[in-house]
Amino acid sequence: MEALIEILYLIFVSPFAEMVAYPDLFFQGIWDGFVSGTLYGLIALGFVLIFKASGVFNFSQPILVVLAALSLVSFYKMGIPAWISVILVLVMFYVLAFLIERLILRKLVNQDGNILFMSTIGLTFLIIGSAQWIFGGRPSAMITDELGLPNGSLEWPMFGGGVYFEMIDISAAVIASIMIVILALFFSKTKIGRGLRAVADDHQAALSVGISLNQIWVIVWFVAGVVALVTGIFWGARSDVSFALQIIGFKALPVLIIGGFTSVPGAIIGGLIIGLGEKVFEIYWGPLLGSGVEGWFAYIIALIFLLFRPQGLFGDKIIERV
Amino acid sequence: MFYRETGQFKSKYKEELAAFPLFEDKIGIGILLLLAYVAIPLFGIPGLSYEFTLSAIMIPVVIFTITTLGLNILLGFAGQISLGTGAFMGVGAYSCYKLMTIFPDLNILICVILSGLVTAFVGMLFGLPSLRIKGFYLMVATLAAQFFLEWAFIRIPWLYNYNNSGGIEGPNKEMFGIIISGPQSEATTRYFVCLTFLVLLTWLASNVIRGRIGRSWMMIRDMDIAAELIGVRPLTAKLSAFAFSSFYVGISGALMVFFWLGAAEVESFDINHSFTYLFMVIIGGLGSITGCYMGAILVWVIPVLIKEIGKTSFGYDAFVMENLSIILLGFMIVVILIVEPHGLARLWQIAKQKLRMWPFPY
Repeated sequence: MEALIEILYLIFVSPFAEMVAYPDLFFQGIWDGFVSGTLYGLIALGFVLIFKASGVFNFSQPILVVLAALSLVSFYKMGIPAWISVILVLVMFYVLAFLIERLILRKLVNQDGNILFMSTIGLTFLIIGSAQWIFGGRPSAMITDELGLPNGSLEWPMFGGGVYFEMIDISAAVIASIMIVILALFFSKTKIGRGLRAVADDHQAALSVGISLNQIWVIVWFVAGVVALVTGIFWGARSDVSFALQIIGFKALPVLIIGGFTSVPGAIIGGLIIGLGEKVFEIYWGPLLGSGVEGWFAYIIALIFLLFRPQGLFGDKIIERV
Repeated sequence: MFYRETGQFKSKYKEELAAFPLFEDKIGIGILLLLAYVAIPLFGIPGLSYEFTLSAIMIPVVIFTITTLGLNILLGFAGQISLGTGAFMGVGAYSCYKLMTIFPDLNILICVILSGLVTAFVGMLFGLPSLRIKGFYLMVATLAAQFFLEWAFIRIPWLYNYNNSGGIEGPNKEMFGIIISGPQSEATTRYFVCLTFLVLLTWLASNVIRGRIGRSWMMIRDMDIAAELIGVRPLTAKLSAFAFSSFYVGISGALMVFFWLGAAEVESFDINHSFTYLFMVIIGGLGSITGCYMGAILVWVIPVLIKEIGKTSFGYDAFVMENLSIILLGFMIVVILIVEPHGLARLWQIAKQKLRMWPFPY
């Protein structure tokens, strides 16, 4: 009985007591969770863009993030100036998008969603193998200084302690927000954006009013590549650039579940929920379970959401007809 | 020419539903069994060393065919996607290890079967979300299983008996005076054990799939709401599919560690392995038992052969060959999906049909 009370105390009382006793640590955790949540959201955004435009559940988005970061660093190491490397990576992604559309997606038009999804797993392996071959598999540091990103940190004293804001994290949050605004404008105001939404709504109707499906797919894969590049730069700055980033990329899947597969704001809000949730859980409840819970806690949050809202927060309601 | 059903009349429904209704099929199966049980253990595969044939090709192929059977039951017959296969193999391996340490005198084969049952239970537990969600959403739920179980294999020291390496390894185990598992066992003996498991499990699977449970799985796969309306219980159908599939996967996990690798750590059960098993199912063909064999053989053997030939004949770097085999795997998936989304099994069926008609086109 005493042991039970002890456990209940550890679960329900002491974490909250710690939060109140050391508010600076709590805010530090919230900030870290916020930043990683933004980046999860960005990866999820890449998924959503492609799913919206072509109905393909693009499993290769995490590896695109790795590829972007890895090739950027490798180009720089070859002696190419940082900004030109960025442009080179963008060109590479455009070529890649074109090839994917021409060689894979075009041949699989009208196939079942599952088949398209599996073809993106195949694509993932193609990219892993080639990237490892060409760029090598060793982890390396991201070239943040050369890209003109600020480093160092701001300390903001509060509650007797201090909260550190890494400059790179602040710029990640700012650039992510700018990017989301640009994407939202791109989707609602430009001609291409309207085309994208039309394709998402109905392939055949879009074709019949003269929208080129193939062109739209190339564009959307390219945009997903750009999102991957931004995510890759900031994740690469937070940890090293290596293939382990792919596992982080998988965290975007629970984010999608929470936000819904078709919603851009959903991806961001889902990312924040996952980022904050897992950070706070890891700090306050993780030690009870022997730490390292960050690896799976996101999926558990997603499962709980699924039980109550199977279509996600902002997803379209699933209506089934027999 | 050789493959005709002409003249083979059936007078009972039972004959109609038999596993191999054609006489030629029976001969074919007989030849395959002879090859697997007699020819390969006696002579090996020409051009490759005997030891290499058994421990790098035959034993893993046999074990992965069991895994693929399990995953195909879930994905191909019941339509529930799972990315947690690697971790479920881990459940089989770790539970077999625990059973062997708790009951040291228990026969290892019984341990393997019991660990399959343990995995079946765990699989059912993680299959519960399938009652409410499906498709990609379910896939993410099984990813939860994958990452949670991987974490458990590291963070719960009880599972590996608190040893320092954090891995598990198999002791020597005897049966009828022959060492069948562990570091001192012969590759041939271990091969026979795995092969017997495979034959029995294939027989079981083909019967269950043709039976009532299997048909209810396929109804759920084809359209779950309609199946529910005509009286299939989604709860029992889905959970039994998860349990049955996990049973196979668990057995293959236990076999993998104690009859092939000898020792294993968490890395043997990570998500990339789950993908490999998924590839075996896709390349072989969803919803086909023959396909499981073809998929496992192709996906396992081609990279191994490429690595071996590249190393011995051309002296390539292991790193390059590793990447080349990853690229090839991805390439195979994409090509198979474009050419024939139903996998090798479908191609085989087409070939059989052609053979039946030969030499006439129709």
